[in-house]
Amino acid sequence: MPKRTDLETILIIGSGPIVIGQACEFDYSGTQACKALKEDGYRVVLVNSNPATIMTDPETADRTYIEPITPEAVAKVIEKERPCAILPTLGGQTGLNTAIQLADKGVLAEFGVTMIGASPDVIHKAEDRERFREAMRRIGLRVPESVIVRSMAEAREAIASLGFPVIVRPSFTLGGTGGGIAYNMEELEDICSHGLELSLIHEVMLEESVIGWKEFELEVMRDAKDNCVIICSIENIDPMGVHTGDSITVAPAQTLTDREYQRMRDAAIAIMREIGVDTGGSNVQFAINPENGDMVVIEMNPRVSRSSALASKATGFPIAKIAAKLAIGYTLDEIPNDITKETMASFEPTIDYCVVKIPRWTFEKFPETEDILTTSMKSVGETMAIGRTFKEALQKGLRSLEIGRHGLCFDKRHPDIGNIELEREEVIKRLRTPNSQRIFYIPIAMDMGFSIEEINSLTKIDPWFLHQIKKIVDEGRRASSLKKDCLLPENLYKLKRMGFSDRQIASFSDSSPYEVRQLRIKNNITPVYKLVDTCAAEFEAYTPYYYSSYEVEDEARSTKGKKVMILGGGPNRIGQGIEFDYCCCHASFAIKEEGMESIMVNSNPETVSTDYDTSDKLYFEPLTFEDVMHIIERERPFGVILQFGGQTPLNLSKELSRAGVPILGTPPESIHRAEDRKSFQEMLKKLGLKQPSNGTATTLKEAISICNEIGYPVVVRPSYVLGGRAMRIVFDEAELKDFMVEAVEVSEGHPVLIDKFLEDAIEVDVDAISDGKITVIGGIMEHIEEAGIHSGDSACVLPPRTLSQAMIHEIISATKGMAKELGVIGLMNVQYAIKDDTLYVLEVNPRASRTVPFVSKATGVPLAKLATKVMLGKSLVELGFTKEQFPTHVSVKESVFPFMRFPDVDPVLGPEMKSTGEVMGIDEDFGMAFYKSQLAANMVLPTEGNVFFSVKKRDRANALDVARGLRELGFKIFATEGTARFLNQNGIDAKTVFKVSEGRPNIVDLMMNGEIHLVVNTPSGRKTTRSDSYYLRRAALEYEIPYFTTIQGAQAALCAIEAVRGRQMQVRPIQDYY
Amino acid sequence: MKAIIAFEDGRIFEAKSFTGEGEAAGEVVFNTAMTGYQEVLTDPSYKGQIVTMTYPLIGNYGVNEEDVESSGLHLEAFIVREYEDDYSSWRADKSLKDYLIANNKLGIHEVDTRAITRHIRLKGAMKAVISTDISSVSRLIEKARDYPSLEGRDLVKEVAATTPYTWENDRPKEIIFPDGAIKATGRIRDAQWRVVCIDCGLKYNQLRLFTRRDVEPIVVPPHTGSDAILSLEPHGVFISNGPGDPAALPYIVDTVKGLLGKVPLFGICLGHQILSQALGARTYKLKFGHHGANQPVKDLSTGKIEITSQNHGFSVDAMSLPQSVAVTHINLNDETVEGIEAEELFAFSVQYHPENAPGPHDSEYLFDRFLQKIRKFWA
Repeated sequence: MPKRTDLETILIIGSGPIVIGQACEFDYSGTQACKALKEDGYRVVLVNSNPATIMTDPETADRTYIEPITPEAVAKVIEKERPCAILPTLGGQTGLNTAIQLADKGVLAEFGVTMIGASPDVIHKAEDRERFREAMRRIGLRVPESVIVRSMAEAREAIASLGFPVIVRPSFTLGGTGGGIAYNMEELEDICSHGLELSLIHEVMLEESVIGWKEFELEVMRDAKDNCVIICSIENIDPMGVHTGDSITVAPAQTLTDREYQRMRDAAIAIMREIGVDTGGSNVQFAINPENGDMVVIEMNPRVSRSSALASKATGFPIAKIAAKLAIGYTLDEIPNDITKETMASFEPTIDYCVVKIPRWTFEKFPETEDILTTSMKSVGETMAIGRTFKEALQKGLRSLEIGRHGLCFDKRHPDIGNIELEREEVIKRLRTPNSQRIFYIPIAMDMGFSIEEINSLTKIDPWFLHQIKKIVDEGRRASSLKKDCLLPENLYKLKRMGFSDRQIASFSDSSPYEVRQLRIKNNITPVYKLVDTCAAEFEAYTPYYYSSYEVEDEARSTKGKKVMILGGGPNRIGQGIEFDYCCCHASFAIKEEGMESIMVNSNPETVSTDYDTSDKLYFEPLTFEDVMHIIERERPFGVILQFGGQTPLNLSKELSRAGVPILGTPPESIHRAEDRKSFQEMLKKLGLKQPSNGTATTLKEAISICNEIGYPVVVRPSYVLGGRAMRIVFDEAELKDFMVEAVEVSEGHPVLIDKFLEDAIEVDVDAISDGKITVIGGIMEHIEEAGIHSGDSACVLPPRTLSQAMIHEIISATKGMAKELGVIGLMNVQYAIKDDTLYVLEVNPRASRTVPFVSKATGVPLAKLATKVMLGKSLVELGFTKEQFPTHVSVKESVFPFMRFPDVDPVLGPEMKSTGEVMGIDEDFGMAFYKSQLAANMVLPTEGNVFFSVKKRDRANALDVARGLRELGFKIFATEGTARFLNQNGIDAKTVFKVSEGRPNIVDLMMNGEIHLVVNTPSGRKTTRSDSYYLRRAALEYEIPYFTTIQGAQAALCAIEAVRGRQMQVRPIQDYY
Repeated sequence: MKAIIAFEDGRIFEAKSFTGEGEAAGEVVFNTAMTGYQEVLTDPSYKGQIVTMTYPLIGNYGVNEEDVESSGLHLEAFIVREYEDDYSSWRADKSLKDYLIANNKLGIHEVDTRAITRHIRLKGAMKAVISTDISSVSRLIEKARDYPSLEGRDLVKEVAATTPYTWENDRPKEIIFPDGAIKATGRIRDAQWRVVCIDCGLKYNQLRLFTRRDVEPIVVPPHTGSDAILSLEPHGVFISNGPGDPAALPYIVDTVKGLLGKVPLFGICLGHQILSQALGARTYKLKFGHHGANQPVKDLSTGKIEITSQNHGFSVDAMSLPQSVAVTHINLNDETVEGIEAEELFAFSVQYHPENAPGPHDSEYLFDRFLQKIRKFWA
């Protein structure tokens, strides 16, 4: 069937900010969809609030609305753009839910918009658990026994028949938010009541436990002619009980016979038909009883999912692109397979390698939360590795994680065989309760003499995987006992084929990784590159998508001409996410525009950078020196770009430059000069710039004496880390002592930095480009929150709102001075603090910053592309970018936080970054832009109602203005005793409410009863134990009451409320702003 | 134990044997199915061939008693990237290694199977010798060259049944004819339909699917003549898959000619090639054949695509088909003929394996289609 000609304009809804459970995989799928539809001549309208996406680049869609993804905002877009159709299945759960709400509210009907891909009924049928179960029964498939409950009373009744443990699954939430496993009544009360609140339809399913069963996923595609194909099977190493996003998974399935696999395939296709997904991709999850093969269906996602992105990268089959093509009427046999060119998309990919996906967690950021994994997803990113064997892929994957590990074991990292003394009981605990470190405890258990059977009974991990791990352990033990002899060519080759890194091998042989590498090269033990081709070499593949392995035949095609290699950012984590992938993609586009060949190296399957058509060549490899160096030796690029992938590639800069690799852009010495305290200080002195008093310490003693000299409070942090890891504001010596212990662990070998903390200063972020001759400022962003809140967590506004012209000039000239002095070629980011009209330089980073995509979206200037071209030798004059842009419209960036996922965490901002993603609000004035940014971050500011104030003494004067403003707008003011007295004394009518510790009814009671609509709570900066204000913030978070923990935030909120009371929110595409 | 794979064109691969000493010769083909190695091993069509699995990890789920497609292992040797001795499956009863050793087959691993696959794709299917006696590589290459080509060889007689049998309780049950000759007999089992299956190397799943459809299958040796077959009073005759060159089987082609029009006919794979020849068409050898479980086939009558299991090195030449014969299915990868039908003669066949095992179940409808033809013919 050819494409539909009755449609002209198609609306795509993106997934919004990066949150746990919904990450940059939806930028990947959405971008593919936009491209696929545009290619066929459709006019594409896009709504996505996340500026750090390739999807929201002005050229990806025809009309791009960086607006909040709410039914109201999207309805306005529909009214304005009049799309013929909406494609709801490519923007994650957010896109799907929003589309459904638009359908339910009648907006789609009103404007005659058709839903393509899946109809509202199909979506409801797949997502509504009761209907899904009925549907499964109709086609003879078993689902775990379960009961839907809508209240705690119903839950208690249901448990009588289901028994414990029981799985709690709220309907209509993201990534299983609020779900969990209850082993007893107390836990049931806790998890279930939470789930009821989170569910969009206040419904929770209690489900028979199939914990410990084998878990599988199939990716299915269906076209309008009812042709169905399976793209990929995935087996979870962590069995049922751990969210699939938190499981280590393998593709294809490893432990199913053909009979069992085909039974699952039949079931997946039958489900696709029964649910009625018209066209596109879906994901179906199954559990299999390892004792007897009983199969149950767990769930089905009638949309492109995180697993689809993984399946696409694992097989080379572009699921999102094909799904978009199918939605407009093409059938599978009409769409060519890009990789083979001669065959069509109507086939099932077959692979001749093994793929392992490993989640990346950041429990270290939330020390209050226990490191355990459940059915509610906690990981913030993932890495994928490809090998010819499972052992090779697993070890490559573990070293791709960038958590300091160089493989599964024998890497002298913690925990490892030989470096940890554990009681059996402790090991049993680590194995039995799933946690982020469990994989590393398996070798330790094996070394302690646990049998495969024992480990299987504790972990329920299939013995096949345990045997594979055992082989790695055994080989490692053998190599350890061989000592130097493990470096004999035959032994080396064997170790490399099992995925051991040079660092692991170095630890066996008491040599250095460098020596291991030299020996290997001397003996020709180097990897070859194989193709990911969807067809196991049955057809010739044209797409240069490679992975390394220790085999005989190398398939990497030699190309001539100028090649430039980009090192990506690896797995997403807090502090290093999609923003850097965005920059890497732009670098690649720029290289191609300059007529050179772009080569991407990355290990993150969720990204656009690892799409096979983003770059001329893609190497899906770990970003370690060893792995990167082999590619460089194979490709011999003219230059390597390190400054776009965040800290990951920069950490390799020393080793790479020592190895003679040509690094493009700002020389590594300059990066070091900016990072190194002493040389940085000298530079500032030379330029006549100020910085807060500071010092550098490697010992506690040094630290104490520095602090005594510069005076508390101070900001302390380890050097060479991103995202403010372990950064803290310290008010006295006792706190300093605590901190030093942690800091030394985090930044091993590097010193600890101590700065005088500038209280109540305004923080400013600047992004600039320099070509070595001139420097142009890309954007100046004024933070909403005071200095001291991590820049990645604070909201900011562009252009600056309160700075004087003189100050802006001072900032520009300081930035240019530093760029020149450092010899910056490419991007540079500077953080300033302004206190008492004095400008202080906090930090300079001669590399792409997290704010680059935001600045580009706010100003329309593609900074990363320009920077790349500068690095390739173009001057800014040649590129026509010589003058600062000062937009007249206002853009606000706001951060989003994963606090909901981590139940015991205090949702308060500080110097350590905690946000997972960002949104942007763009409008004529600050108030409306800020309002939009809050709305996009899921914080609906009230226009009337009750406000609660509880502020620290120092903030009272400022709080007065906010309270007065809100009072004038008709809000009623509530406050704790101290704050209330102060407000009343100053003529603002405020009602006193009890703190939690003061009695009942207290403020939390009021919040639970829906009597408070806005909370302003500024905690004292000191780190204290659970306080009254903790419960207050937590309640605000859980009852979704907008809350501000800084007075500056509250001031901005007042502006926003004033703006939205003054006029209706309007939407406008970015193409109309510049 | 070290081993060498020596191709007739002189290309050598170093490998290891996981089944001990041995030597084997055959035409090397690759199979792209990611599951189903036990079904592949027991598929009689691989007679004369050495099978390379493109999926690298083989042996994961061991072997069991149920997933067998014939009475034994017929391929010449088995090549994998990494043999997995520690299997895991609730149905497994032994390791793949023990299975191969018990059946006296050579198993080879620790070799770049993707390189072998690419070699065959680029140069075409070719003969090779695998040996653990690696003293003389030139001897092995020589031996590979001397190994008789598949073209012109009748391998059917080496794998097919020598006595008739039917299918009961998921296993073959021998049929004893009173004086040894195949002739009219009463019902052996209670079923609505009787289908005589000419065994060219059939796969048990064909019999399982017939039985599931209330058919009594009677399997007869390949040399059984048309008169003898008709004397069994079948409602339909099935011509199975099998190994080797379809052009080397004139005696079966004659049998089929004698059946055309007298009874509905259904052929699979080699059976399809035999039926095509009986209808007047020619067959030819493909460069490296189709061996896998992901081949897209389009049913031209419905426009629907089925993902099929395939295992063939020869194909029917579409140009040689007479007017009265229609092409019903084509391969979407290379547009070769995948199915034909002589409607007036109630005869049809497919090049691929609707009985799968291993592979997707998309094409099992062809067994129903055969029964529809039978119903219509006898109505």
